[in-house]
Amino acid sequence: MTNENSPSEPVLQRTPLHGLHIEQGAKMVPFAGYDMPVQYGLGVLGEHLHTREKAGLFDVSHMGQARLVPLNPEDDAAVLFEQLVPGGIQTLKHGHIRYSQLTNDQGGIRDDLMATRFGHELWLVVNAACKQDDFAHIASCLSGHATLEVQDRALIALQGPEAVTVLARFIDGAADLRFMQAAWLSWQGADVLVSRCGYTGEDGFEISIANQQAEAFASALLAETEVEAIGLGARDSLRLEAGLCLYGHDIDTSTTPAEADLLWSVPKRRREEANFPGAAIVNQQISDGVRRRRVGIQPQGRAPAREGTEVQNSAGQTIGTITSGGFAPSLGAPIAMGYVAAEASQIGTEVQLIVRGKPMPAIVTALPFVPQRYAKG
Amino acid sequence: MSKKFTKDHEWISLDGDIATVGITAYAQEQLGDVVFVEVPEAGRQVSQGDDAAVVESVKAASEVYAPLSGEVVEGNGALEANPELVNQSPDEDGWFFKMTLSDAGQLDELMDEAAYQAFVKELG
Repeated sequence: MTNENSPSEPVLQRTPLHGLHIEQGAKMVPFAGYDMPVQYGLGVLGEHLHTREKAGLFDVSHMGQARLVPLNPEDDAAVLFEQLVPGGIQTLKHGHIRYSQLTNDQGGIRDDLMATRFGHELWLVVNAACKQDDFAHIASCLSGHATLEVQDRALIALQGPEAVTVLARFIDGAADLRFMQAAWLSWQGADVLVSRCGYTGEDGFEISIANQQAEAFASALLAETEVEAIGLGARDSLRLEAGLCLYGHDIDTSTTPAEADLLWSVPKRRREEANFPGAAIVNQQISDGVRRRRVGIQPQGRAPAREGTEVQNSAGQTIGTITSGGFAPSLGAPIAMGYVAAEASQIGTEVQLIVRGKPMPAIVTALPFVPQRYAKG
Repeated sequence: MSKKFTKDHEWISLDGDIATVGITAYAQEQLGDVVFVEVPEAGRQVSQGDDAAVVESVKAASEVYAPLSGEVVEGNGALEANPELVNQSPDEDGWFFKMTLSDAGQLDELMDEAAYQAFVKELG
């Protein structure tokens, strides 16, 4: 990421909900250049469990939002965007969302993102830490064919089994969306982009709203009995239980979609066309197999294995590294994700995690750890 | 006796020649929900400042240092099954380990309760 601030005087940016976080008693931490809430009064455990049981509100306004518009009205932004990602974007229907990755020429992942089609345009949501680089990359690669209009808007996620009930009280039409669908709807006369997606493994929504209305909207949602404010701490444990990658940890420029077990997001047509950055390498990995693969790992004891923990086989040879690890509040046990040598990537393989110098037994496990409960169909 | 405190937010309570060591209410609040604790085994020799125990919240792992030099005589086994005791009762049931002291003079370097409270207040 680009950091324009000198390291000695880090000036953190604030989202439109910053004042509300302080009012709600949040503990604030620096994250991707922003001053963000890591937890509120409920604490990480309580916030995590509340989201799985009812509904949690997350400020994700630090993420990047942009509109990709073709210069020639005959062109399709989705077709153009496929030059940069391995996902099936041009096949997206109007108002449908797809997960994909920006790849580099080695097939490494520059960032992961969500793309939504509206007519011949795309709406993109990318990670906060990568957004300047992503937007510069997209704008320069598609220069002369499309313009990228970066959106300075708040983004609020409402996640959990009660999210749909709550949001339906405020926004007509929200409940009609299915998982991975989006629509421009209205709240108090203001245009809001409502997307039925999220990063917790639960049903839920992300609502893009003008900065000046964000606090009033978030406050209205928080006033509902089902809703609690949730910080970055629980956001991380929720996504890890759901088996979802955290950019910069589980995926980065040194990992390809094949190694990251993200080939479900690379359709057959894109593999055959082989016209995304790094396609030759990714296709080679698909035909020859990868040397290492991202897997779920369940420690057998109670000690969490954190990011960076060495993974060994039963013979004591190093076979990989943990890239995300912690405690799963919904399971009451430690869980982890990481990369292991392909021959050790089968579910059920016994491995050892070296925690504080001591080997701890662990088992390669299917992802997600907690069943996803999206509103599909 | 009255408790002594370190700048690493540990408390030490001396009963005869056995010191009980735990982390303060302030420390557990900073950590958040404790989900795992590893305490030292009896018989382990520790020097002041050594890593003696591990305490992990949902987010992160932290070390608990030996506040004094000596020998561990008991780790709090209850924390293995109930790490949340550290949050619920940091000053009593959530103690980490008991130790004998090889240099009782080290006690004099530690803060008393009033000094510790002033220290915490300065942290904001």
